[in-house]
Amino acid sequence: MTAAPPLVAEVPVLTVRPARGGRWQRLPLKAKAGAVLLGIFALAGIFGPLVSPYDPSFQSPSLSLSMHAPYGAHWLGTTQSGQDVFSQLLFGIRLTLELAVVVGAIATALSVIVGVTAAFLGGLWDDLLSLTSNVFLVIPSLPLLILLLGYLPQQGQTPTIIVLAALGWPWGARVIRAQTLAIRNRDFVAASRETGERTWRIIAFEIVPNEVSLIAASFVNTVLYAIGASVALAFIGLADLNSWSLGTILYWAQSQQALTLGAWWWFVPPGIAVALIGTGLVLLNTGIDELGNPRLRDARASRSARPADPTPVWQQETPPRGPLTRLAASFSRSALLSEQRERP
Amino acid sequence: MSFILRRLAFYVGAAWVALTLNFLIPRAMPGNAVQSIMAKFPNLQPAAYRALEAMLGVGHPGSLWHQYVSYLGDVFRLNFGTDVLEFPAQVSTLLAETIPWTLILVGTATVMAFAIGTGLGIIAGWRHGGWLDRLLPGLMFFQAVPYFFLALIMIEVLAVRANIFPIGQGYGEGVVPGWNAPFIGSAIYHSLLPAFTIVITSMAGWMLQMRNVMITTIGEDYVVAAQAKGLRPSRVVLTYAARNAILPQLQGFGLALGFVVSGAIIMEIVFSYPGIGLLLLNAVNAKDYPLMQAIFLVITFAVLISNLILDFVIVAFDPRARTKEAV
Repeated sequence: MTAAPPLVAEVPVLTVRPARGGRWQRLPLKAKAGAVLLGIFALAGIFGPLVSPYDPSFQSPSLSLSMHAPYGAHWLGTTQSGQDVFSQLLFGIRLTLELAVVVGAIATALSVIVGVTAAFLGGLWDDLLSLTSNVFLVIPSLPLLILLLGYLPQQGQTPTIIVLAALGWPWGARVIRAQTLAIRNRDFVAASRETGERTWRIIAFEIVPNEVSLIAASFVNTVLYAIGASVALAFIGLADLNSWSLGTILYWAQSQQALTLGAWWWFVPPGIAVALIGTGLVLLNTGIDELGNPRLRDARASRSARPADPTPVWQQETPPRGPLTRLAASFSRSALLSEQRERP
Repeated sequence: MSFILRRLAFYVGAAWVALTLNFLIPRAMPGNAVQSIMAKFPNLQPAAYRALEAMLGVGHPGSLWHQYVSYLGDVFRLNFGTDVLEFPAQVSTLLAETIPWTLILVGTATVMAFAIGTGLGIIAGWRHGGWLDRLLPGLMFFQAVPYFFLALIMIEVLAVRANIFPIGQGYGEGVVPGWNAPFIGSAIYHSLLPAFTIVITSMAGWMLQMRNVMITTIGEDYVVAAQAKGLRPSRVVLTYAARNAILPQLQGFGLALGFVVSGAIIMEIVFSYPGIGLLLLNAVNAKDYPLMQAIFLVITFAVLISNLILDFVIVAFDPRARTKEAV
């Protein structure tokens, strides 16, 4: 076996091509499909509640409308208390997307700050930040989320957003740190350092623009995580159960025996909606990857940067370590496995 | 220091962080177990508050440091306090009843999903562009489906409509739990559908990842060299390409374990499976804080221990880790 393990991933290089032809046409097919899918849901989220046929919480007093199968007046049928499932779905998409986008934005900002800081400060700070993100990656986040939210006397959108964002940054930080380490020693960064640019300017105008595709991918991933986690949390009842999100619809369907009573129209639409939004995000992410890294496109290999992906390691770019920082770094699996190559 | 020892030190550190968070969260957040009991029984005298505090051990006497030390001691003795939901019962008793169910179901299914997914990924990567490859967009859909939703669909189709599998529960009605054939048979029968659901949902991710690494590995010179030597294709695939492609796959498995296990545990709720997940749901609904805390620790420690076991597997597979062992 050769010295280089398949752990070493290609450095995604964002090539800025001259704007020739429509940008849309040059997008990979997967990205287009993902964008269209997400666009439909975004429109449903924005305009859905405005055109929704009923108030989602309105309980029809008529007994014949309890758990009615879909028909003309109720496109997706009704719940046990005669609420319109279609209206709930439209409101639910809005709330779920809102939460996911806000969580994604906050958590991605945190990952960029932590990742870039770690790579730039280097030394002990780098290792401490990396160690922290490794620790939070190995501690399962869902039980911790449940514990944090369970202790709140009142559930709501804001606490959920704060908690999800606070636990959602380590993955992105890891990837962005690796990329920053790779870019940091490139010639153009050295050139701007030589011309006397201040560090924050180098970071803001040289480093971060070169990580746009990575940051976008990290954002999409975090949105995916936020949707999955928030739906799961709502499903076990850790959400404001009087508001309508995709998770709370599923919670009520489950707790009011939709399954055993055969009311498929109650739990299938919200579940499919979650799955389709998720698929859209995965497709978009694969597309972003291919856009940023032409080599992946040539190999026709699609890579979605799932949390399960190994973090790309660019060991040759790692700055020299002192004894203390060496110790701090020597506990992470990837650092241990690549340490040999670090020694000349 | 060897690879395993260093990893062990890391897990001890992570465990300490989890323990400390578990200690700090109840003290930083509003709400506690005594309040939830008082709310449940409105006719309790205010004097009962102190008594309940003392009984549940949530009164927080002494300095923070003192509390911390006694808390760590309690955890080491597996004493998680008294349960609120089933009041006089000890939390550790409840856990002991449910952990085996989850361990067997989720553990077996997760390992199976990883093995099958990796196997299919090897084939898909090797036969790049073949029929398995064309299933990928469908697999992305499975990756995005929440576990518990697929569980709902499975029950609807295979249990309610087709009536092949039981709708839920860990074993049939009228079966006495114990080491007897009817019970074990019933338990296995009831676990088939949940296990199948876990395998279907988490398999896709492993397959996708293994396929991608395989495609990269196949392009390596040593694989081309092996083919040029005229080795049998099966040998090239397994001992040259897959042998190396599996290393990042194993590392990815360790990192994703927390996600997979948490998802599977939520899924238990849908099946009313008598494991940790259902216990967690009840704990959340009843604001049963001692139980919630204990479950968080149990899941975290399970993931940490699995990661340690995985490190042993990595040592077996990865010569870089082995040479570190020898040093």
